[in-house]
Amino acid sequence: MSILKATDIGISFGGVKAVDGVSFSVTPGQILSIIGPNGAGKTTLFNIVSGVYAASRGSIQLANEDVTGLAPHKLAARGLSRTFQNLQIFQRMTACENVMVGRHLRENCSLLPALFRTPAVTRQNRETRTAALDLLAYVGLKDVADVPAGSLPYGACKRLEVARALAAEPRVLLLDEPAAGCNAVETEEIDHLIRQVADRGVAVVLVEHDMKLVMKISDRILVLERGRPLAEGTPREVRDDPRVLEAYLGQHGAREAARA
Amino acid sequence: MRALVNQRFITLAVLAVVIAILPLIFPSSYYFRVASLVWVSALAAIGLNILMGQAGQVSLGHAAFFGIGAYAVAIGPTHLGIPPWVAILIGALLSAVLAYLVGRPILRLKGHYLAIATLGLGVLVALVITTESRWTGGPDGMPVERLSLFGWRVSGSYTWYWVTGGLLLIGTWIALNLDETPTGRAFRALHDSEVAAQVVGLDVARFKLQAFVIAAVYASVAGSALAFMNGFINPDQAGFLHSVELVTIVVIGGLGSVVGSIVGAAVLVTLPQALTVFQEYEHLLLGLIIIVAMIFMRNGIVPSLSALVFRRARS
Amino acid sequence: MAEFLQFLISGLTVGAVYALVALGFTLIYNASGVVNFAQGEFVMLGGMVTVFAAAAGVPLPLAAVIAICAAIAIGLLLHRFAIEPARGASAVTLIIITIGASILLRGLAAIVFDKQFHKLPAFTGDTPVDMLGAAVQPQSFWVLGGTAVVVLALYIFLEHTLLGKAVLATAANRLAARLVGINTTTIMALAFGGSAAIGAIAGILVTPITLTSYDVGTLLALKGFAAAMLGGMGNPVGAVVGGMLLGLLEAFGAGYISSTYKDAFAFLVILIVLFAAPQGLFGRRAVERV
Repeated sequence: MSILKATDIGISFGGVKAVDGVSFSVTPGQILSIIGPNGAGKTTLFNIVSGVYAASRGSIQLANEDVTGLAPHKLAARGLSRTFQNLQIFQRMTACENVMVGRHLRENCSLLPALFRTPAVTRQNRETRTAALDLLAYVGLKDVADVPAGSLPYGACKRLEVARALAAEPRVLLLDEPAAGCNAVETEEIDHLIRQVADRGVAVVLVEHDMKLVMKISDRILVLERGRPLAEGTPREVRDDPRVLEAYLGQHGAREAARA
Repeated sequence: MRALVNQRFITLAVLAVVIAILPLIFPSSYYFRVASLVWVSALAAIGLNILMGQAGQVSLGHAAFFGIGAYAVAIGPTHLGIPPWVAILIGALLSAVLAYLVGRPILRLKGHYLAIATLGLGVLVALVITTESRWTGGPDGMPVERLSLFGWRVSGSYTWYWVTGGLLLIGTWIALNLDETPTGRAFRALHDSEVAAQVVGLDVARFKLQAFVIAAVYASVAGSALAFMNGFINPDQAGFLHSVELVTIVVIGGLGSVVGSIVGAAVLVTLPQALTVFQEYEHLLLGLIIIVAMIFMRNGIVPSLSALVFRRARS
Repeated sequence: MAEFLQFLISGLTVGAVYALVALGFTLIYNASGVVNFAQGEFVMLGGMVTVFAAAAGVPLPLAAVIAICAAIAIGLLLHRFAIEPARGASAVTLIIITIGASILLRGLAAIVFDKQFHKLPAFTGDTPVDMLGAAVQPQSFWVLGGTAVVVLALYIFLEHTLLGKAVLATAANRLAARLVGINTTTIMALAFGGSAAIGAIAGILVTPITLTSYDVGTLLALKGFAAAMLGGMGNPVGAVVGGMLLGLLEAFGAGYISSTYKDAFAFLVILIVLFAAPQGLFGRRAVERV
């Protein structure tokens, strides 16, 4: 039973087909990785699935409902959450506030009680902060909870984005290169984090360049090249696929690898 | 968390004390008048700062709402027989409705396009006020009936000092309240990254609109207060230069800083009063001061100074 | 028909002035990203300096040259002492700086000159020319011709000189321009000087028709800004077309609908256009990269 299903997605920018005929689906608790050389259209695909770009063709289903062309905040309300390759954190807010914003969908935010700061607002604020601190602890950022997010190091920001995305209690989580710029230890931590999230029943779609990480945690892998699907399968199947090797290493490299 | 609650309380307490003790050092009623002008401008600026500093949306036509509030209390009682205090509410409601209706399409725009659209809105409202002289007295303006609340005639610069000071306290309290709520966080979030705000589920258009409406109501109430206080109103209050003055107060005081808006208002309202000594050099000096302040304190007076104090304290 | 033609000519004449102001806006915006609200003050300076130089006995052509040079000097000073020190400040901060500059220049003009309205004699007499029943002021031809010359000169400069290409390169990508060795500070100074000159020329050409005073700049700047937006910010062709369109709209609106709301048409149309096409008429729609 797939929770997120994308069918025959396509988009072009000024005549260039950035994504062309890509389909995939994930089930709850599954980790699907999307890999491919730079410019393969991975991030663009994410932008379409999360509603940031409007696809020129194809359809997207979330929990068996057609959500094609829905605005990002409506997709979020239906349980889709994501992180960004180029960080999109709220720089001028503290780490904790970033995650609290992530709780937005779980909060009542009527305007009038907020203007007069009713006791209910104060109580809710306290609850949201507690939940946010728990999530920060979960990603190992509890110590910097009240530090402005703009002054956090890169790796911390990456994890902060994950915490913010998780704060909405999503059913589907799209992670765009969560391990980029992280050292070996941090990558290891993110590896654990993703596995834990998936074990809670969240469907994870991952774009990542770190092949070690991808091969280790993915249930399935989709390979893109120049916007088109090249191969799909388990990590083992994809690793042994000569077309994938060729796309990554070139013809010569592929032959070398085959011989090795 | 506790620290933040205290900060809100301290800010309000300090403001209340300042408002309370200033009269002790004021030598004449002229000073009460100028201080009331500061409170009124600060009230409008605090509202605009929610829109500009928190939600990050520029408005170069905000005096339009100031003007609507002012003319509501001028036209309502004079032409329509509406009780003055009801006219304040009607002005605020009109401003809110206009902001809501125009805000929807306008707030889709970004950067300079938003600036010109709000500027256009401001110029249009000012033009209507100037042109419909049957109702508004045209370019010469019109007198405003005195405000009376339950038989109490509110008049005199001393009385108005306390009324506007009270309004400013309420306005400050509400603005500070907003900061640590889901709505306040939503404003700041969409300011920093609209796309990230969307994907965590914020209806960005809705929150921009809320900020716009809040700012419009603040300006409208401030406009009403000024009209009652002066007993007279003219279209300049709704004009482009007044819009610019409001934006300048917000930016000079510090974007996103409630205290900054009050300090900014104090600077920008008292300076021209002080500069009238130089009479014809007034505009020249005002322009010069704006330029110099923006170059050397580009983050605004309050954030720049607090950063300086913070650095001193640490070293 | 005669009436229509009358509105058309007066619309084009006013539109030409808006076009020049919008062109000045665009030049500075492209080179520096600054929206210069003091643009209208250059127009005011052009008119006022010419009027006072001519009144002091300087022949009109020489007075015009003096006015243009004065405006260029002010433009360079504005860049050097107000814009350059604030490099890296936010867009709103820069807008406020230019508004401050416009208040300052207005105050300066009120002191150096006066607060009266002034007129220049028309360059080639006041006898209206009859065109298909419409009475056309000869000065209108000067305005239209002068605008055409300025636009053409700017076009040749941008497309056919190395310096012009450096301006275009800076507009396209400031960092890349700097990396290939273009001194972007010089380019910005050039843009401020150039757009001051364009503004001054507009002021000199139009003063015989519309009069001038120390405070004509604000409304002109607003309308020039509106015209630049209408055409799509940063597009010189769009600026000229936007200015002309705005002038025509005002003339026909005032003629056929309501003359009391003449100034409203420009802003009403701007709002409508922005509602329908948020990037202006000729602006490119950019895909936001995330």
